[in-house]
Amino acid sequence: MSSFTPTTPRPAPANTVGFVGWARDNLFATKFDTALTVLAVTIILYVMKAVFGWAIIDASFSGTERTACLKEVQGACWPFIEAKFGQFIYGRYPDAERWRVDLVFAAGLIGLVPMLMPSVGHKRANMIFLLGFYPVFAFIMLTGGVLGLAAVDTTDWGGLLVTLVVAVTGIVASLPLGILLALGRRSDLPIVRALCIGFIEIFRGVPLITVLFMASVMLPLFLPDGVNFDKLVRCLIGVALFSSAYMAEVVRGGLQAMPKGQYEAAAALGLSYWKTTRLIILPQALKLVIPGIVNTFIGLFKDTTLVLIVGLFDLLGIVQLHFTDASWATPETHITGYVFAGAVFWLFCFAMSRYSIFMENHLSTDRNA
Amino acid sequence: MSDPVIRINKMNKWFGNFHVLRDIDLNVASGEKIVICGPSGSGKSTLIRCINRLEAHQEGDIEVEGVTLDGSLKNLEDIRSNVGMVFQQFNLFPHMTVLENCTLSPIWVQQKSKAEAETLARELLERVRIPDQADKYPGQLSGGQQQRVAIARALCMNPRIMLFDEPTSALDPEMIKEVLDVMVELAEEGMTMLCVTHEMGFARQVADRVIFMDEGEIVEENAPEAFFSNPENERTKLFLSQVL
Repeated sequence: MSSFTPTTPRPAPANTVGFVGWARDNLFATKFDTALTVLAVTIILYVMKAVFGWAIIDASFSGTERTACLKEVQGACWPFIEAKFGQFIYGRYPDAERWRVDLVFAAGLIGLVPMLMPSVGHKRANMIFLLGFYPVFAFIMLTGGVLGLAAVDTTDWGGLLVTLVVAVTGIVASLPLGILLALGRRSDLPIVRALCIGFIEIFRGVPLITVLFMASVMLPLFLPDGVNFDKLVRCLIGVALFSSAYMAEVVRGGLQAMPKGQYEAAAALGLSYWKTTRLIILPQALKLVIPGIVNTFIGLFKDTTLVLIVGLFDLLGIVQLHFTDASWATPETHITGYVFAGAVFWLFCFAMSRYSIFMENHLSTDRNA
Repeated sequence: MSDPVIRINKMNKWFGNFHVLRDIDLNVASGEKIVICGPSGSGKSTLIRCINRLEAHQEGDIEVEGVTLDGSLKNLEDIRSNVGMVFQQFNLFPHMTVLENCTLSPIWVQQKSKAEAETLARELLERVRIPDQADKYPGQLSGGQQQRVAIARALCMNPRIMLFDEPTSALDPEMIKEVLDVMVELAEEGMTMLCVTHEMGFARQVADRVIFMDEGEIVEENAPEAFFSNPENERTKLFLSQVL
């Protein structure tokens, strides 16, 4: 009787693996592909040269007022950004008190960075710091009025500070709210379901600007005399409710993708509804919709620019405000300011996007051994 | 027959207007092994799913370990942790390791300590012969291994009754035996078992009774020897001639 011996595997032919293999497959597979590659590279180089020329070669880098940016061939007017940088970050937050904002930013980073790194332990303590201690700390530090800190009215807040306060509050509030709404929308209890559907459809069907207007202009009309709360707080609530409606639909997509067998197996093991939801369903459903969740976060981050409508000056708002400064009136001021604001927004959004990809890979459990 | 652990009396179930189970009467004694077979759509899976109330019946009574299953049941979770279930599609939790799958119910339902639950889980993984896979994820295992994890996971609740819903139907032929071996071993240890399966060899080897169902009714039940060699009903004969 003959016995079966598998053939020893051989290495793949050279030219089909590594960079050469990749380039052959992807860049120069056919004559047409080669032509496209050459064309694309040409366009990229051309655009890069223009951007590089504007941002670096023809740009001004130092100066204290508009004359620094009035060369014959003028690129970016970076001194404008430099001169206004404090305003762009803190708004009209008093100079002497800006260290408090820095402290809040720093504490946020210290709490957030280890939280985002799966390899760092003590997640529970970290969570308590971020969700329990940090909001109180940030609130006291930013508003002041206690502990010998001078009170700073929220109307003086501005720039990146407002952008981050609105975005972070919206992000932190919308995820749990959205999850609850999504669960409610799939609930067997008709009243809970009806309320959740109503909430979601109303907030999703209305532009954010309307929500912000309602929050800042209409709401005070309905409140009894003397009862009034801060415009920024009203905006925060509006943004949080608005984005939680979107989040609910993203999460619902994940919930609907869960196979029935998962619910049945959990039930057969004696797990209750809430334990099943928390231990079995949400971890899988949320993982599935990470791209959608982050997409909503990114959308929310950029939507914070709309608070300008109700008189709050976020980063973009404050940049635009300073275009009117006569001492910096140059042809390049606007474009430089917009590029700066765009770059800051892009940086935050891109970081979120990269982190979401990292998390998707990290949480993937179907890698083969 | 000693006092039955499962008593089903004139039980009827409908899916909407479709009458899936009709006047089912079935008593199962402690330690008894029952194999349920029948064509697809005959209601055999639905029958065993009624026993841990994954499906609710509409008429008649089901009593499991002296507790009547009906809508007023408050401690459904307690009943379920006495009844282990193994599914055709394994239904392991893909985001948890094998060990976490097994310790889930002991920790969260039976309030055992993590260490205690892990010791128990490792013992049972040893018993289903995959002790070295404890830290892998289900997606990294073969079908046969996954089904054995599912059996270990159910056993971790220390159930007195085990339900098997076509446990080998989704497996490659080479893996069926490793799962059946584990089930045979479990039967020999005296577990009360209800298996929906088409593995007639398994039925001959371990079953005390074989039940044949069609159109939502129990057509015939008998000891395996008599059932296979001398079926009484024409419908049973036809079925057996097709599967054997």
